[in-house]
Amino acid sequence: MLRADDVNVRFDGKAALDGVSLDVGDGEVVTVLGPSGSGKSTLLRVIAGLQRPDSGHVLLDGEDLSSVPPHRRGIGLVFQDHALFHHHDVAGNVAFGLRMRGDAKNEVESRVRELLDLVGLAGFERRSVATLSGGEQQRVALARALAPQPHVLLLDEPLGALDRRLRDRLLEDLARLFEELRVTALYVTHDQAEAFALGDRVAIMRSGRVVQAGSPDGLWARPADEDVARFLGLGNVRDGAIVRPEAVTVARAANREAADGVVESAVRHGPTVRLRVRLASGETLDAAVSALDHPDPGDLVAVTIDPEGIIELP
Amino acid sequence: MDGPRDPLSSRAWRALTYGVPLAFLAIFFLYPLAAIVERGLFSGGESSALDVITDPVTRDVVWFTVWQAVASTALTIAVAFPATYVLGRFAFPGRSVVRAVVTVPFVLPTVVVALAFLAILPESLERGWIAILVAHAFFNVAVVVRVVGTFWANLDPRVSEAAATLGAAPMRRFVEITLRLLAPALAAAAAIVFLFSFTSFGIVLILGGPRYATLEAEIYNQAVRIFDLRAAAVLSLVQLACVALAVWVTTRLEARLAVRGQLRAERDVLRKPRTLGEKAIVLGGIGGLAVFLGLPLAVLVERSFAVGDGHSLEAYRALARPTAALLATPWEAVVNSIVYAGAATVIAVVVGGLAAFAVAGSGRRSRGTRLFDGALMLPLGASAVMLGFGFVIAFDRAPIDFRSAPWIVPVVQALVAIPFVVRIVAPTLRAIDERLRAAAAMLGASPGRVRREIDLPIVTRALAIAAGFAFAISLGEFGATVFLARPDRPTLPVAIFRFLGRPGEQNAAQAYALAVVLMAVTAVSVFLAERIRLRRGGWI
Ligand SMILES: Nc1ncnc2c1ncn2[C@@H]1O[C@H](COP(=O)(O)OP(=O)(O)OP(=O)(O)O)[C@@H](O)[C@H]1O
Ligand SMILES: [Mg+2]
Repeated sequence: MLRADDVNVRFDGKAALDGVSLDVGDGEVVTVLGPSGSGKSTLLRVIAGLQRPDSGHVLLDGEDLSSVPPHRRGIGLVFQDHALFHHHDVAGNVAFGLRMRGDAKNEVESRVRELLDLVGLAGFERRSVATLSGGEQQRVALARALAPQPHVLLLDEPLGALDRRLRDRLLEDLARLFEELRVTALYVTHDQAEAFALGDRVAIMRSGRVVQAGSPDGLWARPADEDVARFLGLGNVRDGAIVRPEAVTVARAANREAADGVVESAVRHGPTVRLRVRLASGETLDAAVSALDHPDPGDLVAVTIDPEGIIELP
Repeated sequence: MDGPRDPLSSRAWRALTYGVPLAFLAIFFLYPLAAIVERGLFSGGESSALDVITDPVTRDVVWFTVWQAVASTALTIAVAFPATYVLGRFAFPGRSVVRAVVTVPFVLPTVVVALAFLAILPESLERGWIAILVAHAFFNVAVVVRVVGTFWANLDPRVSEAAATLGAAPMRRFVEITLRLLAPALAAAAAIVFLFSFTSFGIVLILGGPRYATLEAEIYNQAVRIFDLRAAAVLSLVQLACVALAVWVTTRLEARLAVRGQLRAERDVLRKPRTLGEKAIVLGGIGGLAVFLGLPLAVLVERSFAVGDGHSLEAYRALARPTAALLATPWEAVVNSIVYAGAATVIAVVVGGLAAFAVAGSGRRSRGTRLFDGALMLPLGASAVMLGFGFVIAFDRAPIDFRSAPWIVPVVQALVAIPFVVRIVAPTLRAIDERLRAAAAMLGASPGRVRREIDLPIVTRALAIAAGFAFAISLGEFGATVFLARPDRPTLPVAIFRFLGRPGEQNAAQAYALAVVLMAVTAVSVFLAERIRLRRGGWI
């Protein structure tokens, strides 16, 4: 089990990590979700041993790693922008970790082939990494990190620079891989869809702190505070409570008397449309409605709220 | 519109930019080269070219030239390494100043560098191969620090970190990742250092004593001391062949080592030294270099004031008095040097500037342009001594007799400086925004007008910078000038060399004083050029 215990990192007096504690159980995938600059990469660098924390500890199976240099930690890292070895071909990249631990040449070869198969790059051995597409480079980076069978795999926004379609595809591949290999992984992203699709547990970071960690369902059901709720896209905060957008029903009103408000905007989110309704009181309320038939901006609407969808904040 | 009568119309301009440099090269480079070939291979004499090549002395000279160049390159890299590492990895106050100051030795005349090491080394080491290697390292350290340091500062540190997470220990990371990725820059720097050391003349002549001679020094010995022009000519050709081979090998090597990959901006790579150990590394790396570069020069200055047991301005006062070492007063040598270097600068900037227009102006790099570009670099490889020697045997009768044509000195100095002028000006020209040109052309300006109104102001700055360097190079030029300067009109480096050739403390003091004057004049001209560069940014 990997444990970060009260880790602090300051850069020029500014806290990048502020008392971060986090557990990742064996075979568990924990995703870290946070906006840009919240300290996600710094956390991974501390765990990998590339950044010395000002205080706090990283423990692996109970052993304090403070005095263990990165190359002896057995923790793999997939970098935010791959950091591939451009002076090696694809096979050379994947083989690197195996060579470092002294595997025999034929073992290395067969293991490289196995890994390239696993990430869907069979036959790419002799390709130069500079000629690969972004998605292919990503797969090489993943194969390279997996090859020496690290105790823990850290991934830093591995799908960050890719286009949507490719991302969705690789996301499925990753989920399958994690399942198959039963890896212990800490996966950093700023994309909720990724975080919730992959994570057995999700930790939400903000300004160098983990503000909430828990199962995806638990997080949706009980956001720790207003900011988390907003970050999860639960925008309706009223009187210390959150109203889930799915719990808001909106119907066109026949006349001014029957109306509760007017639609300000309608933005499509996949199969649903996110409506923003300006209420008579001046407040706004977000509603998620079916895209098939929905009111347009300027329409007068009547609003009802399902009490099941109201979450009291602590 | 200027119309067809524009004096800078396209055709006339092309003729000018290609014609003038080509004519200049033909007369002052190819013709002397042909004279050397003729003298070396074809003209009759008591010995044949084969005799010279198979002579054991020649074999020893070639062997020494090669191994001292290899050893000098290795020593230079070793000496430069700590400062290169610091500049490539850390951000610290004064970093850009350090980068600028390390170049000072590189522009110093070789004669001054040689004297600085005469001044500082103990007598037992004063003349010999150790002194030569150390002086070469002093001279070339800037090449490694700047070329490799700059490259290093753009290498993504995460590549090495990735290797760490894959189980590579620090030493392994350094060798397998950092060193490998630095290899192209290292090879480029090593190639430059190797070539400079291989063709080193002033340093070897002064510090080598009678036992150690490079090909350059031996060409001078044969031509001037032994007066065997056949041998000098053959050795010149051997030297040319070696240089060509070295250039070919290093170009191939650089191409093979090149790694396509992601480079990062310096500000993302460099970090402030944090721990005490890192601060010590920065201080030690930069301080060590400062001592290595500063101490010889400081001792040189000190020695120029030393008289007997005390210090005085006596050596400087003596510069105005006639001396047995020269047919002129030393002070006249200072004036000669400045006049010659001024004239050489004008020639180099005009010819080199026109050539830069030709190289850069054709847009696409056609085969012809590349050939032309290569031809312009030839004088670099041919080496100064070979040029001087070529002039002596090519221009020894009317219409051009070097003995009665004082302008021949600035011409040969310009020849040495032209490759640098082209290298400085051409990239600026290439960078001039094509769209700016196109826009001007669409507004109805003729090509000639575009050149005057858009290219010229930008180019003027590059030319001014090039002029500063051409002046410094001409001032310190020794290998060619020593053949051609008339005894009654010596230049500074030649005068220094003459003083060294005579015994006695008095002459040594004079040499030191002149070296300080030469260093000061060079420093001022380079400083002025650097100021233009720093004020407006760009270049290297
Ligand atoms: N080496 C460093 N020196 C100074 N400040 C740093 C350094 N590395 C990170 N920081 C700062 O620490 C904070 C956290 O950075 P970090 O890279 O961990 O964020 P992140 O959550 O990974 O962001 P992103 O999603 O943009 O990658 C930022 O404010 C960043 O500017
Ligand atoms: Mg990051």
